[in-house]
Amino acid sequence: MENSSAISRCLEIFWTFFKIGLFTFGGGYAMIPLIEAEIIERRRWLSKDDFFDLVTVAQTCPGIFAVNMSIFIGFRLRHLRGALISALGTALPSFLIILFLAIFFEKFKEIELVEAVFRGIRPAVVALIAVPALKLARQAKLTIKTMWIPIVSVGLIYGLGISPIIVILLAGLFGFLSWKIGERRA
Amino acid sequence: MIFLSLFFSFFQIGLFGFGGGYGMLSLIQREVVFANHWLTAAEFTDIVAISQMTPGPIGINTATYAGYMALKNIGAEPLFCVLGSLVASVSIVLPSFILMLLISVYFIKFKESAAVKGVFITLRPAVVGLLLAATLMLVSKETFGSFSENALEFFISCGLFLLTFVCTYFFKINPIKMIVVCGILGGVFFS
Repeated sequence: MENSSAISRCLEIFWTFFKIGLFTFGGGYAMIPLIEAEIIERRRWLSKDDFFDLVTVAQTCPGIFAVNMSIFIGFRLRHLRGALISALGTALPSFLIILFLAIFFEKFKEIELVEAVFRGIRPAVVALIAVPALKLARQAKLTIKTMWIPIVSVGLIYGLGISPIIVILLAGLFGFLSWKIGERRA
Repeated sequence: MIFLSLFFSFFQIGLFGFGGGYGMLSLIQREVVFANHWLTAAEFTDIVAISQMTPGPIGINTATYAGYMALKNIGAEPLFCVLGSLVASVSIVLPSFILMLLISVYFIKFKESAAVKGVFITLRPAVVGLLLAATLMLVSKETFGSFSENALEFFISCGLFLLTFVCTYFFKINPIKMIVVCGILGGVFFS
């Protein structure tokens, strides 16, 4: 019964990631303890060392952190099929919830009280985005040598209306070139 | 045609979105609000608030919502709107899906590579700038009201901004709690 056990394994992967997607509030980092509990301790699909490697890779890659982690774990378990299933499982809960809201939210917003509530929430959200910007600035350990990078980035995007993608490409290229020059000197 | 532009926009966001959900915000804002006008600045802010209160990654949430609204704004049938959500969500995941598979297959020793480390020395501070720019661009009439039209609403908005900032940054109060509090205060003051 190789076939039926393969299917049940796939269902198990899907269900695990669906649960993780359903209970992850507040971004990908909140997902780390859930993955640790479900995948490392309960199901033992991955060792702790592998998991730390995985977190680093998922952080370094572009894209959605939570989905990146699930693709990586899914691939370990069942190759391409596992990667597809785990990505789907992670994304599906929020896809369905937001779809539901998109369908009904417009009608909701016509109620005067709901609009008033959201007018109170909007300035709060601006503060909620300002906070991780400052936290990230502390984590990035900005020095006098790197301080100009965020300032120039803000100037280019906010002041001149240049696409953030261009800024990312320039910053990456600049980092690569200064590494190259540093290596040649060494 | 609109499906194609949804695909390209969200593929780009997925490909260049470094630094987690918040790092992506600036890219999403640019594509969804300024370049394609799929959402207004107020709708974009609302979806960030909803993302905080509902589970799941902010990237998927915004893609799903923007994909739906992009089709709805041109008067499409509900079924096509759902298809728009699907296209946007798949497109934002696709680049990192391909990249993560390549890394898994070839098991590239990614983090030990000195070149990658070098790139991130300047990329990380740039993401800080991206996030600051996204914050600044959200400070507008649509989120704070207008000082000249309704000074009281403007000052209340500034108060709610400061309250949320101080409580989450200095006192580490859960963002969801602050959204609920500001929502109640908004309901009391603005209706």
